Amino acid sequence: MAYKTIIEDNIDVLVAGAGLGGTGAAFEARYWGKDKKIVIAEKANIDRSGAVAQGLYAINCYMGTRFGENNPEDHVRYARMDLMGMVREDLLFDMARHVDSAVHQFEEWGMPIMKDPKNGNYLREGRWQIMIHGESYKPMVAEAAKKSADKVFNRICVTHLLMDESTDNRVAGAVGFNVRTGNYHVFKSKTVIVGAGGASNIYKPRSVGEGAGRVWYAPWSSGSAYGLMIEAGAKMTQMENKIVLCRFKDGYGPVGAYFLHLKTYTQNAEGEEYESKWFPSLSKDIVGKEYLDTEGQHLSHKPIPTCLRNHAFINEVNAGRGPIYMVTTEAFQDPHLEEIGWHNFLGMTVGQAVLWAATDVDPKYENPELTTSEPYVMGSHATGCGAWCSGPEDISPDEYFWGYNRMTTVQGLFGCGDAVGGTPHAFSSGSFTEGRLAAKAAIQYIADGKADGIKVTDVQIDKRREDVYKPMETYRMYRNHITAGTVNPYYINPRQGLDRLQKMMDEYCGGVTVSYMTNANLLNIGLKKMGLLAEDWENGIAAEDIHELLRAWELKHRILTSESVMQHTLFRDETRWPGYYYRGDKMKLDDKNWHVLTVSHRNPETGEYTMEKAPLYHLIDEADMKPAKKKKVAAKK
Amino acid sequence: MPTYVHMTRCDGCGECVDICPSDIMHIDKTIRRAYNIEPSMCWECYSCVKACPHHAIDVRGYADFTPLGSSVRVHRDEEKGVIAWRIIFRNGTKDWELLAPITTKPWGVGIPDLNTVAAPSDEMRNSHLLYNEPKYIRMDEGGLHDLKTNKLVMREGVYY
Repeated sequence: MAYKTIIEDNIDVLVAGAGLGGTGAAFEARYWGKDKKIVIAEKANIDRSGAVAQGLYAINCYMGTRFGENNPEDHVRYARMDLMGMVREDLLFDMARHVDSAVHQFEEWGMPIMKDPKNGNYLREGRWQIMIHGESYKPMVAEAAKKSADKVFNRICVTHLLMDESTDNRVAGAVGFNVRTGNYHVFKSKTVIVGAGGASNIYKPRSVGEGAGRVWYAPWSSGSAYGLMIEAGAKMTQMENKIVLCRFKDGYGPVGAYFLHLKTYTQNAEGEEYESKWFPSLSKDIVGKEYLDTEGQHLSHKPIPTCLRNHAFINEVNAGRGPIYMVTTEAFQDPHLEEIGWHNFLGMTVGQAVLWAATDVDPKYENPELTTSEPYVMGSHATGCGAWCSGPEDISPDEYFWGYNRMTTVQGLFGCGDAVGGTPHAFSSGSFTEGRLAAKAAIQYIADGKADGIKVTDVQIDKRREDVYKPMETYRMYRNHITAGTVNPYYINPRQGLDRLQKMMDEYCGGVTVSYMTNANLLNIGLKKMGLLAEDWENGIAAEDIHELLRAWELKHRILTSESVMQHTLFRDETRWPGYYYRGDKMKLDDKNWHVLTVSHRNPETGEYTMEKAPLYHLIDEADMKPAKKKKVAAKK
Repeated sequence: MPTYVHMTRCDGCGECVDICPSDIMHIDKTIRRAYNIEPSMCWECYSCVKACPHHAIDVRGYADFTPLGSSVRVHRDEEKGVIAWRIIFRNGTKDWELLAPITTKPWGVGIPDLNTVAAPSDEMRNSHLLYNEPKYIRMDEGGLHDLKTNKLVMREGVYY
């Protein structure tokens, strides 16, 4: 094929994927590496790419330490309880102690942050959330990244990481292709910071046809953060921790501002509060009182874990008392709140506003329906899938520390945002902050001489070039075997492959059509089928043009992600997050055996998986030291 | 709600092609105007709608759950620093305009170029601080939080 090979050499920091994490990384890298070559490779256009392309109406992670509102450990405890204990508290503490400085810079850059008229502080939506007019959030952070970077390559789909040929398990850059010109791009770099996205569209969506694009997480979030790192042999953690979102039906408009700021609430079709009636049995039969003690949690300010609230929602609907409504008709009588309710969608989920306009649903007079979404796999919203990364030296215990903050188990390969595992509730500001942390560490890694002597031969570059275009070659080879159409015995197209993946994940790994239920038998069958899909991809994925080549590689990353999700779901032999998914064969949370983090490694040569448990460290203060005594005091009350 | 392009307004300039995060706004080779090549991968993010200099792009709700006949249109103005929306219901009962700021400053001037900022000291480099810290975190003279300052330990085991 006539596509050119374009080599960008001598890069110090390559940012692969520039959403909120990647822009933070590129921005900060310049400060610590004045003379370093910083390059961004972005699949779309950096001005509108990643999950925040559309904008945001809130920054969901802000401590307010300056105003005496929260300390970092408060946020860690919140995230711990919300995720049923399963978080990397060193990474979370580190993110939380820095995140405010990112937000204060955003304000300086021109971000309109709403103020509380009473005290002049940022207007709180909830304990951690502040409200913004963030339509231009992404173009703004993109501007900062563009000023710092030497070069920004837009429209590059990064397909693989390059590996050093002189030292095992060390990264050496990345390769991909330009989705406009089709040219093959090679980035030789001392370090790579993966800022690529988590995975939407790996589960069959509730919507069909056109509506398949109306996913909660952006459809261009193709699991590339995981696909790239898994294939390079980086260890992953908590990939079983998929998330199911409670959202406005069909449009998937967010509910955060509605619950927290507008004080709307939910009820079933009979107009009844339904959550609390499901909690006693949930507490007794599945999770235990430690994780669901509505009274105690209220006193200690611990949240009711989101998955458990989902559990009540799902069970109420399955009991025949759906739909669940959001009661907006009270709050929306206040014209100011009504306006906020609409602005909230226009700022980040325009589609919900369109749907209400099209169906004549005026939430001032009619309570809108809610739903629970298909599952998603990601690591920056309220769940923590991602790579097993080193923490910071001054916080992390030995098992969590191997030299450089946010470095994966592959030397020189760093992550941020969705790429880093165990760090839920980072959201936009926390992802940007993680990018900054990774950038500082990457510059230090280079300064320490850790990237010296990297060797990449043309053999590797040529091999990858062949891999990249293989789907087009397959199409060319077999297209004329048939008269016309899309049915071919030698290949499938990317859409057909995606449909197969979504059906498989849905039925075998706890999607919506089975009410999020799975078990070991189903997962083993699923893994077998996943293996066949992976084989079909290798030998028979066909791309008619460069756009389909993009979709083919996105599918590859989604398949690698999904296989990891199945392996992790099978390994964790318990039901840890009822409401996100259920292991029907192990319907109890099992702290005796599974109060641990799950870590996987896929052998890049053989594709074989090894699973292990990693110890779970918690951030403890004096009050937590004697839990038994504390319990007695509580009982007396 | 996937996008569509008005035949009489599009001049094929390609701004939408340039900005679409999903790579689905392409130029039709015959009529040389833009169109949405893959509606099922459209997130209704409005990036192309906002970027179009001729307001040639609109959105028609996803066919699988959205009735015809309503309208949500937008004009984004970087110079004025505002975004203006107009929402019209299918039955016409609601027709209103909403305005929001997109920046508090002339576009881009508040964003620093770190090439021109003084390099960090060795002391800063050896600390856990990031650019502009600790002053952008707290008002007082204190430093970064760590286990010692916040009287915490990391301990293995079951804690809630």
